[in-house]
Amino acid sequence: MIYHPPIEVYAGRVREVVLGRGNKALKIGGENILPLHLFEGSVANPPRFALEVYDVEPADWPDWLLEPFGEVVSDPVNWARKCVNDFGAEAICLQLESTDPAGEAVSAEQAAALVKKVNDALDVPLIVYGTGDEKADVRVLSKVAEVCDSENLLLGPLLKENYEEIGKVALEHGHSVIAQSPVDINLMKELNIKLCKSFPANKIVIDPVSSGLGYGMEYSFTIIERAKQLAVIFKDGMMQMPIIANLGGECWKTKEAKAGREQGILWEAITATSLLLAGANILVLRHPESYKLVKEIVSG
Amino acid sequence: MSIKGTDIVKKLPEGGKKNCRECGLPTCFAFAMKLASGGISLDKCPYISPQVKAELADALAPPINLVTIGHGENALQIGNEEVLYRHEKTFIHQPGIALLVSDEETEASIERKINKVRELRFDRVGLTLKADLLALYFESGDKSKFEALVRRAYEATDLGVVLISDDLDALFEARDIYASRKPLIYPITEENIDRAIPRIKQSPTPVGVRAETVEQLVPLTLKLKEAGIEEIVLDPGSGNLREAIAAQTLLRRAALKQKFRPLGYPTIALPCFMTKGELKEFVAASVFIIKYAGIIVISNADQYSLLPLLVQRLNIYTDPRMPLAVEEKVYEINEPNEQSPVLLTTNWSLTYFIVSSETEASKVPSWLCVKNSEGLGVVTAWAAGKFSADTIEPFIKRCGIEAKVNHRRLVIPGKVARIRGELEEAMSGWEVIVGPREASDIPAFLPELVKKWK
Repeated sequence: MIYHPPIEVYAGRVREVVLGRGNKALKIGGENILPLHLFEGSVANPPRFALEVYDVEPADWPDWLLEPFGEVVSDPVNWARKCVNDFGAEAICLQLESTDPAGEAVSAEQAAALVKKVNDALDVPLIVYGTGDEKADVRVLSKVAEVCDSENLLLGPLLKENYEEIGKVALEHGHSVIAQSPVDINLMKELNIKLCKSFPANKIVIDPVSSGLGYGMEYSFTIIERAKQLAVIFKDGMMQMPIIANLGGECWKTKEAKAGREQGILWEAITATSLLLAGANILVLRHPESYKLVKEIVSG
Repeated sequence: MSIKGTDIVKKLPEGGKKNCRECGLPTCFAFAMKLASGGISLDKCPYISPQVKAELADALAPPINLVTIGHGENALQIGNEEVLYRHEKTFIHQPGIALLVSDEETEASIERKINKVRELRFDRVGLTLKADLLALYFESGDKSKFEALVRRAYEATDLGVVLISDDLDALFEARDIYASRKPLIYPITEENIDRAIPRIKQSPTPVGVRAETVEQLVPLTLKLKEAGIEEIVLDPGSGNLREAIAAQTLLRRAALKQKFRPLGYPTIALPCFMTKGELKEFVAASVFIIKYAGIIVISNADQYSLLPLLVQRLNIYTDPRMPLAVEEKVYEINEPNEQSPVLLTTNWSLTYFIVSSETEASKVPSWLCVKNSEGLGVVTAWAAGKFSADTIEPFIKRCGIEAKVNHRRLVIPGKVARIRGELEEAMSGWEVIVGPREASDIPAFLPELVKKWK
């Protein structure tokens, strides 16, 4: 019996999306193979990794999560700088937690001014997440888009309730966006189709909502895996956007991650590795150690 | 199964038109359909020719053989997988996690490891998670040391084992100690296979085959099969994770898509030998949980390393067609009475176990109304229309909570705060209260709520 290696050729290709501009531009996506199937082709852009920064000082983080950052956790600009300079972050993801209307409800102007400061201080691209409050995010992200005009930030989440409003302003000011739908492949596609009517497809990244290990990770895993197969195998143009896995916060809120240093780092690293194997193109992590572990795994 | 009933029937006596009924079924067609679904043995047909019988037996066998390692209630079954991606159906047999113990380790270390693998147990969503095997490794070059290790493990625990030795004599002596418990012996290679086969046949047990590439495994498994040995586990000898992902994927595809019999066996992965650096090894192991390994050997197992891997394995091997769910009903927590708060959530096991344990921790007697959401969590159930006012209202009616309490106040999960309005509209007489977004805030929330009511 003769073995013929079952190598496959794929019909589709994921769109390449550029984050940031000029010297700090970073490309994601662009692959025409399944995740890490380097035996079937090459990828223009390997999976990319961002580290998280919060605009408010974390209140309930365990010591082993605060320890790598030291004093900068009260200073988002230097926190972001540290992530790039000390931990080699390829991008920064600024989480605008302070704008939560149920919390501090910081004004859009104030939030936008901070985003600009962080962005100006960095030589890597910036991802900006609002809180997911459909109304507050329209105000906040629109202001951010305006103040950081033509910086090509990656802004999100755009939901089915507010994609039109945020999308319009983001386009006007030259940014890319994150389309988010709650762990459902049909809702994901529907949002992509609607958004593409008024927004260029090559400036959209999709976020199927990442869940942490043990807390629904398998749902995120399977949605990402299916979305990637629709893009690469079935050449579905409305699924060919790169995928973002914003998983740091989801992992570190679990009691397992808070139970011990090594366990927390592995909780995040194994969630990230799983979603990477499913097909995420850019992953947002919190702990520099898990960031390092997963990057090493990808490079061989 | 890899052959359809309609294809089988053509191969039966008289082209499937004999219809003698001697198999107990009314027609050859019915017999063929039952064969295809695995419900009857080929032996029931007295007229089938030996040649067709062999051909059908081969076609009807699952594309990846089932291999059993160990015995009794600790027996581990691997193989028989049917898909490449869990969403195509489901993964079936969880990979066994094996803890490597070398005969070079100190007494204390050996004892600690054997105890760990026996004792580390984690309860989660009503299941018990644990490691499955010991991998006993002949590293010292001193056969008496290896023999002592094997005897010690044999006496200390009835867990199954992988016996790892490049020295064939040591390997088979260890096999003989474990002969009654189906150990996996490893590695059988191109270099030692001819000497090994007669000794395997003396006391058959599963065999781990190692080659440098996927292709080089083929002649080895063919030789073993010819010798009647079919409980085989494959190691394509990957040096790094990229190669490993390629090899594991090609093996699974060759077995399932090409029905290539010589590679239709489960696999073993040894991240313990692939990486240096303690945490990295477990991240590497997590790759193999997704990418098809049947056995994963790790060099250390502590709570911090084992728990994440076991939870990942549980997640990936959960049948996506049947999310883990609990029964729809009203659950009593801390002996509630007619004044106790009424909480609402969905019936995904994880949601239920977290909400109920946090409610219990609050010490506030409560009624927990668990609505059938087909095993979805709160947000996904809401997004899928299974946790909206028009389905919650009839559930509250039929679950009987209205007869158990003298108030009409319902606490809903904070993550679906947005349904409060429509819910109050649909449920006349009920006040709807938005609870915390995270279950971990329940112990702070409930006592405050009850205090306010008083």
